[in-house]
Amino acid sequence: MILTINGKKTEFADETLKIPELLRKIEVDSPDMVTVEVNGEIIYKASYPTFVIKDGDKIEFLYFMGGGSSLKGDKI
Amino acid sequence: MSLTEQQIERYSRHIILKQVGGKGQEKILNSKVLIIGAGGLGAPAALYLAAAGVGNLGIVDGDVVDLSNLQRQIIHFTPDIGKKKVDSAREKINQINPDVKVTTYNEKVYAKNILDIIKDYDFIIDGTDNFSAKFLINDACVIAKKPFSHGGILRFQGQTLTYTPQSTCYRCIFDQPPPKGAVPTCSEAGILGAVAGMLGTIQAAEALKYILGVGELLTNKLLTFDALNMEYRTINLKRNRNCPICGENPTIKEVIDYEQPLCDLRK
Repeated sequence: MILTINGKKTEFADETLKIPELLRKIEVDSPDMVTVEVNGEIIYKASYPTFVIKDGDKIEFLYFMGGGSSLKGDKI
Repeated sequence: MSLTEQQIERYSRHIILKQVGGKGQEKILNSKVLIIGAGGLGAPAALYLAAAGVGNLGIVDGDVVDLSNLQRQIIHFTPDIGKKKVDSAREKINQINPDVKVTTYNEKVYAKNILDIIKDYDFIIDGTDNFSAKFLINDACVIAKKPFSHGGILRFQGQTLTYTPQSTCYRCIFDQPPPKGAVPTCSEAGILGAVAGMLGTIQAAEALKYILGVGELLTNKLLTFDALNMEYRTINLKRNRNCPICGENPTIKEVIDYEQPLCDLRK
C-alpha cells in the first residue's frame, strides 16, 4: 500500500497496518511524543492498537514540543 | 481616542497598511495582550507587541534572568542576570514604547491563579516550555473562552496554532501530557535561538491579526517548520469530538495542575 506520511508518499509491503506497527516501521524517535492524524482525524493513543491504516491514507505525525520559558530552571 | 502627531509618525508604517490604518492602530493601542513566559518565545513576542503599540501588555514569569537564557531570550541583556525576568522585560518595553502599559506577574501559572490572571486580556500568548503549563493555559482559555496562541519549539523545529472559542484546541490534538519518561531529557534537548525568535514572532503576528480582525488566523491548523531545511507545513486539524475539554462529553470541567518533572541543565 502507499501512504502519504507528512506530505510524502511512502510505499509499504503490508496491505494494512495498525498504528503501533506503523510507528515501529518508520522508526519514529519517541512514539510517546507523537499524536497521529489519519485523513484529517486525530486518533487518540487509546485507539492506536485497533485503528487500521490502509492504502491511500494520509497520515500526519504531530509532535509534542515545549517552548520558551521554563517553570523550573532553564530546560530548553 | 485619536492618534497624536507623534503616534501617527511612530506607527506610520502600520497606518499605511490598508488592513491597519488609523482605526486599526487605535485598536492595537486599546488592546490587552498577556504573555505567559518571558523566555525564548515571550521575549520576541513582547518586543514586537510593544513596538506595535499594544496598549496593555501583561507579562507572567516567576524566574530570574540566567546567563544561559541570553542565547535566545532577547528581551534580557547581560547586565540583567539575576534580575526578575518580568522587571527586565518591563524595562525594555518601556524603553521601546512609552505608549505601552505593562502589568507584571512575578509568578508561575497554576490552576489556582490562571483564570484570574487571564480574565482581563483580549489575547494570550503561551510562551512556556513545559507541558503542565501548556495544558493549563489551553484548559483555562477554553473554559474562559479566551483566544490564545500555542507555541512549541525543539532544536531546529517549531509548531504553533491559534485557538479561538469553538476552534480546535491543544487537547483536541494532544489529549494529555506525554508520559514523564518520554520527554527528551535536558541534555538531549536544545534550541537554536533564532528558531525561538521565528516562532515568537509568528505568535506576535497572530495576536495583532486577531486584534485587527484581518487575514486568516492559524485556527483549525497547526503550522510546523523545520529550520534545518526551512520547510514549513500547515496541517489542517478538525475539532476532536472526543476532546476531554471541548468535545461532546467533556471530562475536564475545571483547570488542573499536572506534576511537572524536574529538569535543570545546571544540575
